[in-house]
Amino acid sequence: MLSGLFSFGFMINAFLATTAVALVAGPVGYVLVLRQQSFAGHALSHVGFTGATGAVLLGLPPLWGLVGMTLLAGLAMGLLGERLAGRDVAIGLVLALSLGLGLLFLHFFTAYASQATALLFGNVFGVDRPTLLTLAGLGLVTLAGLAAIARPLLFASLQPELAEARGVPVRLVSVLFLGLVALATAGCAQIIGVLLVFTLMVAPAATAQRLSGRLGIGVGMALSAALALLQGWGGLVLAYETDWPASFWITALSGACYGLALLRRPFRSRRRGPDPLPAR
Amino acid sequence: MTDAVLFDGVRLEHPGGRVVLSGVDLRIPAGAFVGLLGANGAGKTTLMRAILGLLPPRAGSIALFGRRAARGSNLVGYMPQMRAALSVSLSGRALVSAAVNGRRWGTALPVASRRREVDRVLELVGAEALASRPLDELSGGERQRLLLAQCLIGDPRLLLLDEPLNSLDPSRQAELVALVRRLQREHGITVLFSAHELNPLLGALDQVLYLAGGHAALGSVDSVVTSETLSRLYGAPIEVIRSGGRIFVLPGAPGLERAA
Repeated sequence: MLSGLFSFGFMINAFLATTAVALVAGPVGYVLVLRQQSFAGHALSHVGFTGATGAVLLGLPPLWGLVGMTLLAGLAMGLLGERLAGRDVAIGLVLALSLGLGLLFLHFFTAYASQATALLFGNVFGVDRPTLLTLAGLGLVTLAGLAAIARPLLFASLQPELAEARGVPVRLVSVLFLGLVALATAGCAQIIGVLLVFTLMVAPAATAQRLSGRLGIGVGMALSAALALLQGWGGLVLAYETDWPASFWITALSGACYGLALLRRPFRSRRRGPDPLPAR
Repeated sequence: MTDAVLFDGVRLEHPGGRVVLSGVDLRIPAGAFVGLLGANGAGKTTLMRAILGLLPPRAGSIALFGRRAARGSNLVGYMPQMRAALSVSLSGRALVSAAVNGRRWGTALPVASRRREVDRVLELVGAEALASRPLDELSGGERQRLLLAQCLIGDPRLLLLDEPLNSLDPSRQAELVALVRRLQREHGITVLFSAHELNPLLGALDQVLYLAGGHAALGSVDSVVTSETLSRLYGAPIEVIRSGGRIFVLPGAPGLERAA
């Protein structure tokens, strides 16, 4: 059955593209979860939808529009910083408006009706060679960026006040990081669709974090990347076998892995004694 | 000996423009254990942020060990008020090691010098056994110990501890105060320790720094925590009662009833 898997060019492209995206989403998502900003990935992908459909309307590759818009939105989010906290209504409206605008752009471009589904839910088997190269390039840039800011980023994520006092440019690091999140999100959206980005960005990272509680950050990031990779590949294989959508299988696998991780170490069950910290 | 902290006519304002302290002169001698007391909003955290160089004074100057206070100094260790956000699934060692050379760009590799520095501070606070456990399984007191280890990274000469006793039970409070006292004595570290309550600190304090009404009073407990001084500071009658080795500060008329 599986022997014929790699006899198709589109299948090879799908595996390579998933690899490039998962290796980036894993570590970037890990820091995103650590910073409790998981929602940012979700929000950025919605804005990316407007960019992608707008690019289609202008006759540009949708991936460019996706990357451009998520990057802009990521940097804006970083610059606004705390002023966004507690503005959930405003943020939700911007997200809805982004999807609405995207819908309008698609409406003007009726020839591509299937484009909407591809953007919203991903089209990993439609990845062609130029897209694959773009994804690989994006991935390398994002990982290089993460490696360049990792130390101050992690310090600022864990202890912002102490990091600020020790001279870490906390604001700058936060803006740069959201820029990287935007690039990773754009890559994920290409594979799994803007609506399901959470699945690759957040689920493997959260699973890895639950499993690596006694270990360091490097191990957690590597585990997160490995999980994203396995879930992505697993989804492709299952899609090939069943002819069901790959995006469905990837969401199913990442949900199952997270569930299993919860079973292994239920929330706070092993805490010794009462916690004198008030729950905030 | 140079003073650890020297305030000269310092005026501090919140970013919004509210005056927190004005005309404050202070000298904290190197190696002292100073308790920082005052009501909520009296400016305890603001004072610490100013010492860290995060909030430059609107007037006057602040010097640490003879040098102007500036952000990014390795002389100062800071333990902010504990946040619930720290309850993540991550080892204690990972939390502590994040502070090693934390402001340098690039990626931290697991090299021996880094491990040694983390081992050193974990040993100083007796938290070796906590280092391999996930933060979200630790109690508040255990996490507090790791945070203390973290702010000892880089060998600071001055420790600013912002209300570390909050939400600890009395025996954990006593343990933490004793630990900080031991660090201060054995390593000659100057400590500024803010607290809501004076009594848990009484045995450890060399001096007390009281903040109220935009002013500050620094000195021994016996000279500062009196009805006269505190009434002057608060601009309202304050009664200080000493009883059974403890001190109670109450609003009221001074000099009416004072147990010595």
